[in-house]
Amino acid sequence: MKLKIALGAAAVAAFAAGSAMAASHAKSITVVSWGGAYTKSQVEAYHKPWIEKTGNQIISEDYNGGLAEVKSQVEAGNVTWSVVDVEMSDAVRGCDEGLLEVIDHSKLPAAPDGTPAAEDFIEGSLPECAVANIVWSTIFAYDTSKTQGVEGLADFFDLAKFPGKRGLRKNPKANLEMALIADGVAPADVYAALETAEGVDRAFAKLDTIKDEVVWWEAGAQPPQLLADGEVVMTTAYNGRIFNAAAGEGKPFEVNWDGQILDFDLWVIPKGAPNLEVAMDFVAFSTDTQRLADQASWIAYGPARKSSGALVGLYNDGKTEMAPHMPTAAANLETALVNNFEFWADNQDELNERFNAWLAN
Amino acid sequence: MTDATQDGPLLAADGTPLKKRLAQALFRTRLRAFGLTAPLLAFITCFFFLPIVVLLFQAVYNDQFEEGMPRTTPLLAEWNGPDLPSEEVFAAVVADLIEAREIDRALPTKVGARVNREISGATSTFKKTNRRAKKLEAPFKEALIDVDKDWGDPSFWYAMKRASQSWTPSFLLKSVDLQLADGGGIESVEDYLQIHVTLFIRTLEISVLVTVFTLILGYPVAYLLAQLPVRTSNLLLILVLLPFWTSILVRTTAWIAILQSEGALNDIFVWLGIASDDARFSMIYNKLGTLIAMTHILLPFMILPLYSVMKAIPPSYVRAAKSLGATNTTAFLRVYFPQTVPGIGAGGILVFILAIGYYITPALVGGQDGVMISNIIDGHMRSSLNYSLAAALGLVLLVFVLFLYWLYDRIVGIDNMKLG
Repeated sequence: MKLKIALGAAAVAAFAAGSAMAASHAKSITVVSWGGAYTKSQVEAYHKPWIEKTGNQIISEDYNGGLAEVKSQVEAGNVTWSVVDVEMSDAVRGCDEGLLEVIDHSKLPAAPDGTPAAEDFIEGSLPECAVANIVWSTIFAYDTSKTQGVEGLADFFDLAKFPGKRGLRKNPKANLEMALIADGVAPADVYAALETAEGVDRAFAKLDTIKDEVVWWEAGAQPPQLLADGEVVMTTAYNGRIFNAAAGEGKPFEVNWDGQILDFDLWVIPKGAPNLEVAMDFVAFSTDTQRLADQASWIAYGPARKSSGALVGLYNDGKTEMAPHMPTAAANLETALVNNFEFWADNQDELNERFNAWLAN
Repeated sequence: MTDATQDGPLLAADGTPLKKRLAQALFRTRLRAFGLTAPLLAFITCFFFLPIVVLLFQAVYNDQFEEGMPRTTPLLAEWNGPDLPSEEVFAAVVADLIEAREIDRALPTKVGARVNREISGATSTFKKTNRRAKKLEAPFKEALIDVDKDWGDPSFWYAMKRASQSWTPSFLLKSVDLQLADGGGIESVEDYLQIHVTLFIRTLEISVLVTVFTLILGYPVAYLLAQLPVRTSNLLLILVLLPFWTSILVRTTAWIAILQSEGALNDIFVWLGIASDDARFSMIYNKLGTLIAMTHILLPFMILPLYSVMKAIPPSYVRAAKSLGATNTTAFLRVYFPQTVPGIGAGGILVFILAIGYYITPALVGGQDGVMISNIIDGHMRSSLNYSLAAALGLVLLVFVLFLYWLYDRIVGIDNMKLG
């Protein structure tokens, strides 16, 4: 018994000493993101300069999206993740379910010209519990060596003009919007239409016209692979993945920006995260104007700050100009639609179910 | 004197009754046996049994609403429609929202998220109301309807009432495509939302087919392994085990490379002239792909129990049958085959149980008509965070498997099963 107490006391002492040391020296946070080229772009643009500046440490972890891990950590009261890169729908849902820390957006640095952060960030990119870092978009792409003369989104749904398989994400999100745009609904009216039962029916009816020819993908790495294998003639995809296959690997892929669905990726902090102050400091640092612009030279996702746009330079191959490949480039925005997260927060339960039922039957 | 001793209970050397001594001795042995298994028992209880119970409990109990709306909950229990509830209930909603926000900022939206499981649109209604709750003034009925017209819709209130019941059948009903009707009673969900029953049936169908296919493919292999000399059979056994040791992901992806329309098999078909180049077979991203990949992946689980049972059958039995005049077929069917039934039972149950909960392979190659119920459960755990529905679907699946197990026990007998 005595031995046990002695051991316990020693452990406590060692632990206290350890944490005291950690307090006096560098702190460590765990930053979780999607892995691959995307995490690499963050490590280069955010992590390395922050570590250099503050002397703190970052443990970088990969995950597959979703809030399952955050939820189980928060509910078990044992949060190990400090900062997580999530999609908008998860940022909103996580906030609604009380899994995320509310972020004080006034702590974010202003733009170089003094514009406060709240105005510098693209509208809708600062929900209560999150700070956006990039703008990505769902576009459709094809292999120019096999397919030519594609005009717009309507061609994606035109099996007579372009026979062959299509790749679509196995998720109602973006698919319903694109179906309506292809069916002739103006991007600005898409969500109003989806609020009505007729609009949803219309979107599913449009998807019905190509259902038998669809190859469904789930991971972002799949669509470039499907195109390269010749499995599909056209596919929807995340624009950065197609860009990396084209610019990085020299694949003859082309992005068609008609009816692109813009979305954000955001930093969130799980409720009760360790080293909250440090985590918040990292979030503020990594989303300043320069850092967001730097990231664009590693991957073709647009910065979430307006002021970063002018600073975006060349791709890391040293010759490709990044600006025209950004979802936020003026030419690409003509028929673009920004994902309406309020709509999806309200309707995703039902639409997911309906989509799954539509798929299964 | 001697008679009296014999009439009394048998005594041990120290004079205590023998029966008691025996019981003591046995008790000690049992205690020791229990002591040895106790760590495993504790481990299974803590890390297997309890988590399952806690998770399944969520299928019928969800207090997300009651926790945030303690005033409204009892009032909703009394309200039965069809008219809108009284002013008192509206006032309780506002009071609850204000108080909930003070306890925890996220509490009101959490309540909204729970109601949103019952009726779409509740999330934004609660968010909007929450933002303005403090500024609202009596009469609250008009004030709330002014904030969002959902508050004036009786079906919204029915949804609130369903969400307010912490002990709820909602999720279990949903997992078999039923729901509580607004006015009470049970109805089936809209046609375009019916999915779970279809998927349960498909899961059963795929699992049965995979079990049958692994049996048809595995039986001859196991038979061959059992007949060959040990040296050769060990070598062949490694060939069976090699894919068994390879990651499931790798094997599934290999099947994609083989079966896809520009894949190896289709190329061969085109070369042989079986398929034309512009009408290649679609053998993946559908039910066929799921069946092929799962059959391959689960094959070792059928072969190994069959092999170990066959190995134990003395060859002299078949020889004896033949020497007594049986033909090869008769000797096999009447003497050899019946002795392999325990192996078929063991392999069959193993493959079936593994197949019914499979989700990685269907997720990768299932496409639209090859997904199984476990893929939906996975989606609710990972992305929609609807643990209650996931638990309800899991519960239905568990009960279903236990029922099949019971059926198997009645028909074949569970003791008639041998893993080796």
